[in-house]
Amino acid sequence: MGRLAKTWLGVGYAFLYLPIFTLVIFSFNESRMPTVWTGLSLRWYSAIANDSEIVSAVLVSLKIALASASTAIVLGTLAAFSISRYRRFSGRTAFIAHINAPLVVPEVITGLSLLLFFVAVENLFGGVSLRGMLAIWIGHTTICTAYATVVIQARLSEVDRSVEEAAMDLGCRPFQVFYLIILPSISQALASAWLLTFTISLDDVVSTSFLSAPGSTTLPVLIFSRARLGLDPTVNAVATITVVLVGIGVTVASLLLVRQERRRAAAQAAAYREATLAAAAH
Amino acid sequence: MNTPASCSLPEAPVPGAEAAAGPLARLMAFLRARRWGRKSVIGIPYVFLVLFFSLPFLVVLKISVSEADGVQFKDIFEFSDGTLLMRLHLSNYQFLATDPLYLRTYAWSVCYAAINTVICLFIGYPFAYFMTKARPSLRPILVMLVSLPFWTSYLLRIYAWKGLLDDHGVINNLLVWLQLVDEPLKMMYTPYSMMIGMVYTYLPFMILPLYGTLVKADPRLLEAAGDLGTTPWKAFWLVTVPLSKAGIIAGSMLVFIPSVGEYVIPELLGGPQTLMIARVLWDEYFQNVDWPMASAVAVTMIGLILVPLVFFNRYQSGVQGAGADDEPHAAGGAA
Amino acid sequence: MAAMTPAAAGAATPAAAAPAAYDDSAFLRVDRLTKRFGEVAAVDEVSIAIRKGEIFALLGSSGCGKSTLLRMLAGFETPSSGGIYLEGQEISRLRPFERPINMMFQSYALFPHLTVWENVAFGLKRHKQPRERIEAQVERMLNLVQLKPYAQRKPHQLSGGQQQRVALARSLALEPRLLLLDEPLGALDRKLRAQTQFELSSIIKSVGVTCVLVTHDQEEAMTMADRMAVMSHGSFVQVGAPREIYETPANRFVADFIGTVNLFEGVLVEDESDHCVIETPAWRFYVGHGITGVMGQKLSVALRPEKVELSTQPPPRTDVNCLHGRVVEGAYFGASSLYRVALGDGNRLQVSVPNSERHGEVIKVGTEVYATFSADALVVLVS
Repeated sequence: MGRLAKTWLGVGYAFLYLPIFTLVIFSFNESRMPTVWTGLSLRWYSAIANDSEIVSAVLVSLKIALASASTAIVLGTLAAFSISRYRRFSGRTAFIAHINAPLVVPEVITGLSLLLFFVAVENLFGGVSLRGMLAIWIGHTTICTAYATVVIQARLSEVDRSVEEAAMDLGCRPFQVFYLIILPSISQALASAWLLTFTISLDDVVSTSFLSAPGSTTLPVLIFSRARLGLDPTVNAVATITVVLVGIGVTVASLLLVRQERRRAAAQAAAYREATLAAAAH
Repeated sequence: MNTPASCSLPEAPVPGAEAAAGPLARLMAFLRARRWGRKSVIGIPYVFLVLFFSLPFLVVLKISVSEADGVQFKDIFEFSDGTLLMRLHLSNYQFLATDPLYLRTYAWSVCYAAINTVICLFIGYPFAYFMTKARPSLRPILVMLVSLPFWTSYLLRIYAWKGLLDDHGVINNLLVWLQLVDEPLKMMYTPYSMMIGMVYTYLPFMILPLYGTLVKADPRLLEAAGDLGTTPWKAFWLVTVPLSKAGIIAGSMLVFIPSVGEYVIPELLGGPQTLMIARVLWDEYFQNVDWPMASAVAVTMIGLILVPLVFFNRYQSGVQGAGADDEPHAAGGAA
Repeated sequence: MAAMTPAAAGAATPAAAAPAAYDDSAFLRVDRLTKRFGEVAAVDEVSIAIRKGEIFALLGSSGCGKSTLLRMLAGFETPSSGGIYLEGQEISRLRPFERPINMMFQSYALFPHLTVWENVAFGLKRHKQPRERIEAQVERMLNLVQLKPYAQRKPHQLSGGQQQRVALARSLALEPRLLLLDEPLGALDRKLRAQTQFELSSIIKSVGVTCVLVTHDQEEAMTMADRMAVMSHGSFVQVGAPREIYETPANRFVADFIGTVNLFEGVLVEDESDHCVIETPAWRFYVGHGITGVMGQKLSVALRPEKVELSTQPPPRTDVNCLHGRVVEGAYFGASSLYRVALGDGNRLQVSVPNSERHGEVIKVGTEVYATFSADALVVLVS
């Protein structure tokens, strides 16, 4: 690889990681001013533990993310199935447009429209406030379903149709085909779709702001409000924890994938060698 | 050795035997005949999205043409003297169409998004290209390193740039400490700080699709070009770049379309000069509590991105439609 | 066989158009089966009666409808009209999992997340067979295809030939009344194909299951099938034993489709009970049987390349059943040689000569040759 290539990549990666790096460094800073280094300290980490706002926000975020991701992959699987298996049905183009729209429409619009919709429903059915965790969950699910569908549909379209036919030929009813044959084939796509939507939900700040109510503040909303006011070292500490967790998660996942791929390739090579040896022996 | 079929296994089910079975089986047969299995598979996500995506947008549309923030459609329609009147309060739209500040904001939103796309392309294309030149064993690590920031909260990373670019931020402190400048540089709350944040956030979205396309390129095509007398530089422009068109389009769309409606980055890193339409919408709702106005802004925003939206949708359909069978799979396949 | 009048085969419409005679003893009966996709009929009024234990091949090029017909038998397509009767029972409206029919797919379609053992046991489990029965049957099937040591492997750990055997074992595990094979040898390379052909037929014969197979490969159809049907544009052009189809093609299409053939257009000049004579502008063909035709009728004569003898010396009689020309091409295939002879009238004659001697005569390009054949070797084609 040429020197230009190495420099370009080096600078690029440095650019990508510099902010993360400074975040982490300054989370261990003694001073309240997060950009002036006065000494090493863990005080901001203990501050998090005692900060009830942060703790409850984390719990709210996790709950909502769990619910949104799980709902999204159910809806996403149904949608992906519809798109890849049912070639003709009336309104198919509109259906696909609906599925893809949340990917394209800015979140401020999604958030605003959902909020106004809930207000309308509240007025219609007399005053029960729908805002809060329920509304946030619905908003996140709407957005996440779009992402989940893309991931699952990509994998679903690769699945060999004749395997499904073989299952039916051997006595499987259509629903059995789904959970005995299709589901295992797309399990990896389902897992990555779940992780993706979990992350998106956990991260979401714009539509959540529109839809939240007192008692349902999520972590990003909390951080956003603090960040607007100024620089806050507790945010650095939260960031560091997130980065470490994510870093470990992504590394582990990548290693697992690589190892699985290597094992599969080795198995195939072994089978091929055996077959050629057997043929030669005949 | 093998006993004939009739002795060993139960007989094939006689057609009509199903109807004689219990009520549950009959219900299932009834549902299957009406294709309810298929209808619910399509229906459940469809209903969910219509209910929580399309319907809300209709509500927004309605509010944008109302006076107050009431949601009743009775406000628009009036029936008197045997005539049905439709009253649309279009003053919000008039204002948006004529007020120079709003017009400039729309224009700048598209401009910033376009600039962001172009910068990401110029930085990202060589980046992705050089990634493909790396050793095959190294490439998965490179890809992982590009996508890792994506998995960490982007809010936190934008906040990090605040720390870097602030008047008393890391960069300024470093410059002052090194005595390269006398006073801290004013970097925050300018279009430049916002652009840095935008490029930083969207760069992976440009790199990954480009890498995906470039890595699949057949090296033999370049060999053939060389064999026919093309210099490597020309071969790059005549062969590599055109073949990576799909990646360029995908990356550009992934960057441009969300950039137009970006809120967080302009809010945290941009200043009063940086006019982005999403901020306008936010302020109309949260600060002015002017629901009709916010709704009108929303509707016009949709209008702004409608063209790339339609293009993207058709592209997605093409991608999702590819891999289809030509023959319809009738009886056996449908639920 | 020579006594059979080709007139009936050539002059009459293909056997398939008329509904099959109501034959109760037919194991599988297909009655005017049609499948339309829009305007086009992929399968057009096909009727056939297949005997129990028979291996029946559907042969045709792509698009002829053979795969659609097979899929209708399996249940993956519903017929537009017509019926399918298995042992007298109408099954065309049954779903695939309700039919006592199993299919071996071209791509094998093994379940990638299950082991070989689980793949073969799959059907038995779906039919809720007792555990001991499943174990016994799977063991028997794996022994049948000689894959017992590989029972715990997953499909991606097997070679192509092994995967095919798993697919076969899986489709036989339920002891179906009818076995369907979709291009069974299509995915294998040449060398493996010949060996697998015999293995496959012997396994199917030993199990005794009735079998319908679909292929575009003539060799596959002819070596494996007891009877075969040549299909084109959705209908059967000719049905019969492989030998019958090769030696007594019903029309030009079949003659040309199966193997290579030399065709001559001519006119009927003589027609008796024991012979007939057809004349082309340059040659005179004496056929060893009579046809009921009309004097002056336009006909074709078909002559297979391997039935021709080449010689540089003129035969005793050169006016009848003797063609004369110059060798323009000679290709050596090892077991035989193929020569192309440019005849006096502009036609090309293809001749296949077995290389029965190691240092036998090689006819060089440019040599003048005489091609002779017996009266029995000719087939008269009306259509």
